[in-house]
Amino acid sequence: MKKVYARPKVLKKAVFHYCPGCGHSIIHRLVAELVDEMDIQDNVIGVPPPGCSVFAYNYLDVDMLESAHGRGAAVATGIKRANPDVLVFTYQGDGDLAAIGTAETIHAANRGEKITAIFVNNAVYGMTGGQMAPTTLLGMKTTTSPFGRDETTEGAPIKISEMLALVKGAVYIERTAVNSPSNIKKTKKALRKAFQAQIDNLGYSLVEILAPCPTNWKMSVLDSWKWVDEVMAKEFPLGVIKDTTGL
Amino acid sequence: MTKVLMYGNSAIGEAAIRAGCQCYFGYPITPQNELTEYMAAHLGRRKGCSFVQAESEIAAINMVYGASATGVRVMTSSSSPGISLKQEGISYIAACQLPAVIVNMSRGGPGLGSIIAAQSDYFQATRGGGHGDYRTIVLAPASVQELADLTHRAFDLTDKYRVPVLILGDGMLGQMMEPVEFKHTAPSTPPVRSDALRGAKGRSSKIVKTFTSKPTELEEINWSLFRRYQLIKSNETIFETFMAKDAQMMVVAFGISARIAKGAIKSVRANGLKVGMIRPISLWPFPYEKIKQMAEKIKNFLVFEMNMGQMVEDVQLAVEGSADVSFYGRPGGVIPTPSEFARVISRNYFQKGLKIAK
Amino acid sequence: MISKTIFAGFGGQGVLSMGLNLAQAAMLEDKSVTYLPAYGAEMRGGTANCTVAISNEEIASPVASSPEFLVAMNSPSLVRFQNQVKSGGVFFINSSLIEANVSREDIDIVEVPANEMAEELGNLKCANMVMLGAFTKKSKVVSLPTLIKGLEESFKKKPKLIGLNTTALTNGYELF
Ligand SMILES: Cc1ncc(C[n+]2csc(CCOP(=O)(O)OP(=O)(O)O)c2C)c(N)n1
Ligand code: SF4
Ligand SMILES: [Mg+2]
Repeated sequence: MKKVYARPKVLKKAVFHYCPGCGHSIIHRLVAELVDEMDIQDNVIGVPPPGCSVFAYNYLDVDMLESAHGRGAAVATGIKRANPDVLVFTYQGDGDLAAIGTAETIHAANRGEKITAIFVNNAVYGMTGGQMAPTTLLGMKTTTSPFGRDETTEGAPIKISEMLALVKGAVYIERTAVNSPSNIKKTKKALRKAFQAQIDNLGYSLVEILAPCPTNWKMSVLDSWKWVDEVMAKEFPLGVIKDTTGL
Repeated sequence: MTKVLMYGNSAIGEAAIRAGCQCYFGYPITPQNELTEYMAAHLGRRKGCSFVQAESEIAAINMVYGASATGVRVMTSSSSPGISLKQEGISYIAACQLPAVIVNMSRGGPGLGSIIAAQSDYFQATRGGGHGDYRTIVLAPASVQELADLTHRAFDLTDKYRVPVLILGDGMLGQMMEPVEFKHTAPSTPPVRSDALRGAKGRSSKIVKTFTSKPTELEEINWSLFRRYQLIKSNETIFETFMAKDAQMMVVAFGISARIAKGAIKSVRANGLKVGMIRPISLWPFPYEKIKQMAEKIKNFLVFEMNMGQMVEDVQLAVEGSADVSFYGRPGGVIPTPSEFARVISRNYFQKGLKIAK
Repeated sequence: MISKTIFAGFGGQGVLSMGLNLAQAAMLEDKSVTYLPAYGAEMRGGTANCTVAISNEEIASPVASSPEFLVAMNSPSLVRFQNQVKSGGVFFINSSLIEANVSREDIDIVEVPANEMAEELGNLKCANMVMLGAFTKKSKVVSLPTLIKGLEESFKKKPKLIGLNTTALTNGYELF
C-alpha cells in the first residue's frame, strides 16, 4: 500500500493554539513538509517575531531565534552573515514586516541577503486583537479603523511585494494564498523555490501568503476562505511578482 | 456627576479628550490596545483633532514631537517594549522642552517578556529613560479613577513645566474595569501656546532644535533644565500615606502593588501589627523628604514591588541609612495576592522584634 | 466583606456580559467593584473567563486566587477552576451541559439548567442571564431590581432585548 499522508517529522506533536481556520496552521505544515522533503532540518534557523505565530517554535522542530517586533530581517542578516552555510528564514506577519519592520526588510533585500521571508498577510494585527494593518483593505472595519479604513487618512493597502520587486537584491518574490487545495499546493511550490534561491546563494527571496484570520475578520471559516479569493486577491493579485533566479 | 464602569485603558482616553488632547499617535501592543482603540473611535473624528495609528512606536513618538512643537496637546501610549522604542523621541522632546504625555501600561520584561502586568520599568521611567541628562515627571496611578485624574493632571503639568510626563500604569490597571467619575468636561476651545511653530506670520521665524556645536550653550540648556527639575521637586511631589500614625513598620509600594499592600496591611492590622504605608504617586519627583522624615521615628521599611528591587534603591537613598530597608518582590508578571504579602509583612515584623498592639 | 466570582465558559456563551452586568449592578448599589477579563493569547482557543470582585471597602486585588463563587457554563471551565474556589464556596453549574461530578466535598453546588430554561424562552443566548439570576438569588451580592436596572443600561442600544433578558434573569432568580 502506498502512504499518501503522514505527519511531517519536523512538525512537533503539539496542539496548535491557532483559532480554527487560521492560515498559520496550514503554512506551518507546509514549512514542516518542505524541511522534511529538502532534508534540511539540521541546517536551518527560523526567526519568528511577535505575531500570532511567535509560538512557531512550539510546532516546528528546528532551531529558532525569536526577534523583536519588526526586526526579523536584521536578526536573520546577523545569523546568515555569521553562518553563511545555514538556511535562514523569517516568519513574519503583515504588521511585523510591512509596518514596523519595513526598513529592515527593504535594506536586507537591497543587500541581497541570502535569506527567505515567509510573509503572512492576513490584513490585520491578529495577535493584538484585530487592529488595522498596513494591508487592511479600504473600507474594512478593524478595532482601530472602526469606521472602515479611509484612504485619505490611513492610506491604501500597501503592496510590499511589488515594492520589493524594485529592489535589485531581491531575486524571487511570489504572492500565494492558502485558501484552497490548489492554492496550498502553489504556496508549497513557491516556498520550495524561495529556499532554493537561498541554497543557490542568489539573493533575497520572499513569499507573501494571503491567509485567513476568521477570528478578527469576524467571519465563519468558509466565508473567510471565500473572502481571500473574492476580496483580498483582487487587491493583492496572486502570482510570481519577480523572478531573476533562472531556476 | 455619575459614575461609569470603564476599562482603565479607556478611562485614560476619555480623560485625555476631556483635558483637551487634540492629537494621539499610537501603535498596537497588549495590554494597552483599548486606549489606542478608544482614541480611534472617539478622538479621530472630533473637530480639530487627529488620530494616527503609526507604523511603529518610533514613528508615533516622533509624531508627538512634531505635533507638540506646533502647540497642541498631544499624547501617545504603549507598553514596555514599545516604550523602549520611544526613548529616543522622549529624549528629543525633553531637550526641546516640549510638552507631551506618554502612557506606559507596563508588562513583564526584559525582551518580549509577557503581557501580564509588571512593574519592571521603574528604573527606565524614573531615570529619564533615553540618552542625556533629563528627567520626566512620572505619575503612578493605582485605580481606574486615579488613571483618569492623573491623566488630566499630566496634561496640566506638562504644559506648566514643559517636561514630558509619563504615566506609569500596568497591564492589570489597563485591563480591569472599575467605576470612574470624570470631573472635567472637554474644553470647547483648546489651550493656545504662544511659542508654537505655526509659520512666521507676523513675527520673526523660530527654530526648535537640539543640536548645538557650542559646549557652553549646551551647558546652559542643561542648567536651565536642572533648575526646572528643582522647581518640580519642590512643588509636585505627591504621595499617599495609609495607617501611618502609630506605625512601627512602613510599607512602601506604588501602583497596583500598593493596592495589594493595602489589603495586606488591613489584615495584619486586625492582628495588632502596627504597619502603615506610604505610596509614592509621583515616582519622579520621588518623596525622598517625606520618607526621610518618617525614618526619624520609624526604623523599619518594607518595600514591595512587582520586580526584583528597583524603587527600593530610592527608599534606601531617602532614609540615608537611618532605618532598616527590606524588600519583597515578585518579578516577571506574577501578581502577588494580599494574603501572600500579609504573610511576608508578619514574618518581617516579628523578625525585627516589633511588638503587637494590645 | 469582599466576594469574588469567576465566570467561565465557551466564547459566545455570554460569560463576559454576565460579569459585566453583575459589576454594573454593584456599581449602581454604590459598592466597590472590579471586573477583570482574561486577555491576550489566553483568549484564543475559544474559552472566556472574567473575575468580578465586589466589596463595601476598597478592593485590594482584582485577581481571584481563591474566589468564593465559580460560575461554570461548560465542563472545561469547571475542571480548570474548581480547585481554586475557597473552602465553603459555591459552584454554579450549567447543568444543561455539565455532569456535576465534582470531586470536592467542601463546596456547595447549585445546578442551573440554564440552556434548557433559555430554550423555553425561545432564545439560547439568554442562558447567561438565567444563570446570573440564579447566581444573584443564592449569592446575594446584589439585588434583583438593581441587576435589572443595570441590564436596561447595558442594553440601551438594543432595547428589544431588554424584555427577554429581564425575564431570563427573573426566571433564574425564581428557580430556588
Ligand atoms: C515593539 C513592539 N510593539 C508592539 C508589539 C505588539 N505586537 C505583537 S504582535 C504585533 C503585530 C501582529 O500582527 P502581524 O505581524 O500582522 O501578525 P499576525 O498576528 O496578524 O499574524 C504587535 C503590534 C510588540 N510585541 N513589540
Ligand atoms: S487571531 Fe487570526 S491570525 Fe491569530 S490565531 Fe486566530 S485566526 Fe490565526
Ligand atoms: Mg497580520
